[in-house]
Amino acid sequence: MPAGLVTITYLVASLLFIASLAGLGAQRTARRGNLLGIAGMLMAIGITAVAYLPDYRLLAAMLIAGGLIGAFVAQRVAMTAMPQLVAILHSFVGAAAVLVGIGGYLDGAAGRIGAEATVHDIEVFIGVFVGAITFTGSLVAFGKLQGTIRGRPFLLPGRHALNLALVIVCVVLGVLVLRAPDGSGLSLLLGMTGLAAVIGAHLVLAIGGADMPVVVSMLNSYSGWAAAAAGFMLGYDLLIVTGALVGASGAVLSYIMCRAMNRPFLSVILGGFGAEEGAAPAPGGTAMQGEVRPIAAAEVAAKLADARSIVVVPGYGMAVAHAQGPLREIADLLRRQGKKVRFGIHPVAGRLPGHMNVLLAEARVSYDLVLEMEEINPDFPETDVALVIGANDIVNPATQTDASSPIYGMPVLEVWKAGATVVFKRSMASGYAGVENPLFFDERTRMLFGDAKTSCDAILAALLEA
Amino acid sequence: MPESPPPIRIGIPTEVRAGERRVAATPETVRRLIKLGFEVAVECGAGAGAAFSDEAYAGAGAWMVGDARTLWAESDLILKVQPPELNPDLGVHEVELLREGGTLISFLWPAKNPELLERLAARRATALAMDLVPRITRAQKMDALSSMANISGYRAVIEAASFYGRFFTGQMTAAGQVPPAKVLVIGAGVAGLSAIGAARGLGAVVRAFDTRAASHEQVESLGAQFLTVEMEEDGTGAGGYGKTMTPEYIAAEIALLGRHAKEVDIIITTALIPNRPAPVLLTREIVESMRPGSVIVDVAAENGGNCELTRPGEVVVHSGVTVIGYVDLPSRLAPVASQLYGTNLAHLLADMGGGRSWHVDQDDAVVRGALVLHDGALTWPPPRPATPPAPVAAAVPPAVVTVPKVPPARTGYRWAVAGLVALGLVLWAGALAPPSFLQHFTVFVLACLVGRQLVWDVTPALHTPLMSVTNAISGIILIGGMLDLAGPLGAPATILGAIAVLIATINVAGGFWVTQRMLRMFQR
Repeated sequence: MPAGLVTITYLVASLLFIASLAGLGAQRTARRGNLLGIAGMLMAIGITAVAYLPDYRLLAAMLIAGGLIGAFVAQRVAMTAMPQLVAILHSFVGAAAVLVGIGGYLDGAAGRIGAEATVHDIEVFIGVFVGAITFTGSLVAFGKLQGTIRGRPFLLPGRHALNLALVIVCVVLGVLVLRAPDGSGLSLLLGMTGLAAVIGAHLVLAIGGADMPVVVSMLNSYSGWAAAAAGFMLGYDLLIVTGALVGASGAVLSYIMCRAMNRPFLSVILGGFGAEEGAAPAPGGTAMQGEVRPIAAAEVAAKLADARSIVVVPGYGMAVAHAQGPLREIADLLRRQGKKVRFGIHPVAGRLPGHMNVLLAEARVSYDLVLEMEEINPDFPETDVALVIGANDIVNPATQTDASSPIYGMPVLEVWKAGATVVFKRSMASGYAGVENPLFFDERTRMLFGDAKTSCDAILAALLEA
Repeated sequence: MPESPPPIRIGIPTEVRAGERRVAATPETVRRLIKLGFEVAVECGAGAGAAFSDEAYAGAGAWMVGDARTLWAESDLILKVQPPELNPDLGVHEVELLREGGTLISFLWPAKNPELLERLAARRATALAMDLVPRITRAQKMDALSSMANISGYRAVIEAASFYGRFFTGQMTAAGQVPPAKVLVIGAGVAGLSAIGAARGLGAVVRAFDTRAASHEQVESLGAQFLTVEMEEDGTGAGGYGKTMTPEYIAAEIALLGRHAKEVDIIITTALIPNRPAPVLLTREIVESMRPGSVIVDVAAENGGNCELTRPGEVVVHSGVTVIGYVDLPSRLAPVASQLYGTNLAHLLADMGGGRSWHVDQDDAVVRGALVLHDGALTWPPPRPATPPAPVAAAVPPAVVTVPKVPPARTGYRWAVAGLVALGLVLWAGALAPPSFLQHFTVFVLACLVGRQLVWDVTPALHTPLMSVTNAISGIILIGGMLDLAGPLGAPATILGAIAVLIATINVAGGFWVTQRMLRMFQR
């Protein structure tokens, strides 16, 4: 097989990946984008097999097994569990990068001498290092999203120093691997891998649950860099291009999200946010005081029946309770009665960027009704009722009034400007950021306690009776 | 804090100016005011001109009062549209009806009415002028001038249509082809933009002209063509209004308008500069150069008019061109004008504490701006508004959201250091690295830029699918694993490679599959 054919096929695959990401930029072209990505991947795998493998049996077995497992999981997973799925998939890429890196080391610096051999080993080092961090970091993120690991930041004293020390040890080990004669540094490399794995887990453990969207997106970026490092190691432009695409786009996404939360990027990535509140809950003194006014589902239905303009603000609580279905039915019912019903989405609502959009789309809410924060905020003063379904920090008025609040300055949905606000909540616990919310004590706010889906079902029933 | 006295009573008198059909409250805004904690009294027949019956007011919870004298005397706070003037039925000036120390909110035009201010001061009145509400973002909901200008612009088009002898929309009929009307709108403030929207809605071809550079985009957003004078001068003045331009500019402007006047069928002029007579832009020669049957509506007629031939309040025909100088355009849409004005008032009263904690807060920029007299003491003119931070977008309520930002703490300095360090590292690496590496590195850097470019503007709604697709694509690492499969079956590298291929494939298949599932759900 001529080498040029392989190169050109790789180029076409790279272009397909670029076209795929470009297609994902708009609703209209998104599905085509995904198909282009699949096509690119199939071409890349096919040409590699034909060009380099004498025997396809092992490859076929692995591809079929992996493909079936992946498709099965992706088909079965609930849309609400999407963040966990994405996180666990990232960990696979991380693990694969580690394995490929170690495999590359075992192959040895075959034929490389001098600077080339050094560069090769550095590439191995970077690939394995980033891969291991991605692997354990994603596993921890998965655990936090799944709820098997507590959402609160886990903070060791002097954790920044600890991380730094671990990185330095890794670098030292890396240098030793470089010095070691051909192939004999394997145990050092494995040691370094272990330490990198600890760093990854520790980094993500220190980040609060509220910041998981950023973390997932960062890990996505890391998995790209790991692939790019592997590409350098193997001298494959296809891997380099694809890895860089994923890495850069993941980093940009994380940055966009941080900007939406008005938080410096570094403070999110280094973690520990909201720890002040978590570590030392102010005993009564500075804690929010005031009266909470509960409301029953039937009364909410009555409020909705009287309202003309309604805005629904969904949050993670809606996702957890799977309340989007009954919510859509409520919205449809009210719209048929001639009311103006819209959904306002905060850029970081949920645990993934765009999480709410996906869930509302699943419930077949027309995306013309789903508005972004900037679009809906000016309309709140003209809104009769705002329904806050399991959201907390993204509707916190303290972001605008209380300069001492850790989330001060974060743009939020200004539901408190609506005529009345109903907050659906499981309990009076504070949000993921661990910050108290004065909205709940506002005299125009009513609290509807309980599971969001049960509440929505009850409201729907009351509306249908009326 | 003094104990709150009995509820504050608002009085809504019938407007006495001849031809004024508006009223300062509608049944709907009465309900609002009562909700704010006020008591509301309405003079019988006050809403008649705007088609609101006494029964409707009573139904909304207002006290109906038979005669004006009682109404004024019994009210703490009078809401009006027009400035107070002689009540022809009673033969008394309305200010004399106002209770000693009472409060009045209406259009006042203090610059034009110094004598009215003296009368009010003599009554120790507190007076707020709706025409002085500052044009800042927070005060948009109380901006009665914008509300009225919006109506004027719309009505100007309707008036023009009723005098114009042809269709606005071009039509191809069996009886021949009718060209669309060409409309020129001069001044793209609230009224101008509203006129553009209305004329476009009727199907006309619209051109618009304004001296403020900021209006260019707004004009085009409404589908009109923006005319420009080939001169560098921006006419944006304080508070988002226009300012007076240099004589050379005005000459160029008139020449431009003269050229277009020959081509258009309808001209609607809305050019105003605060506290000055309206600039004359349509000279007698321009009017005479227009086609017979053309129509000019001078929305600025009340301030002298933009057309030399305008006679305020009248319709004149000159060489076949109809020049409409109505000064009561909002009043000609009295129901909606009353509704919007009443709502503006209700917003202002809500901001001033409502009926329960009513007070005149001089530290509030909006109140301070509108306050003309406080307990008889003159507080006008207020400090001037600053130059607008953003163009005061006009007819369409501009969605200005102020986003507080983290202060940019010394970022410039940090960036410079980071840049130098990065440059140093790159140069060092370049000097040492083998050429093959550099070649790959070039590809890498370019790909990073492409990646950034691709996702920078993606709508947040698609972030999750985008992330899952990039995740799937990052499974390309499986190519790396595949290369290890070439070795002997039991070799460690081969086993590692096989596992890498397996898990990377899970990622690839899972990622693409779940993306497809998600995207299938997005629907319009």
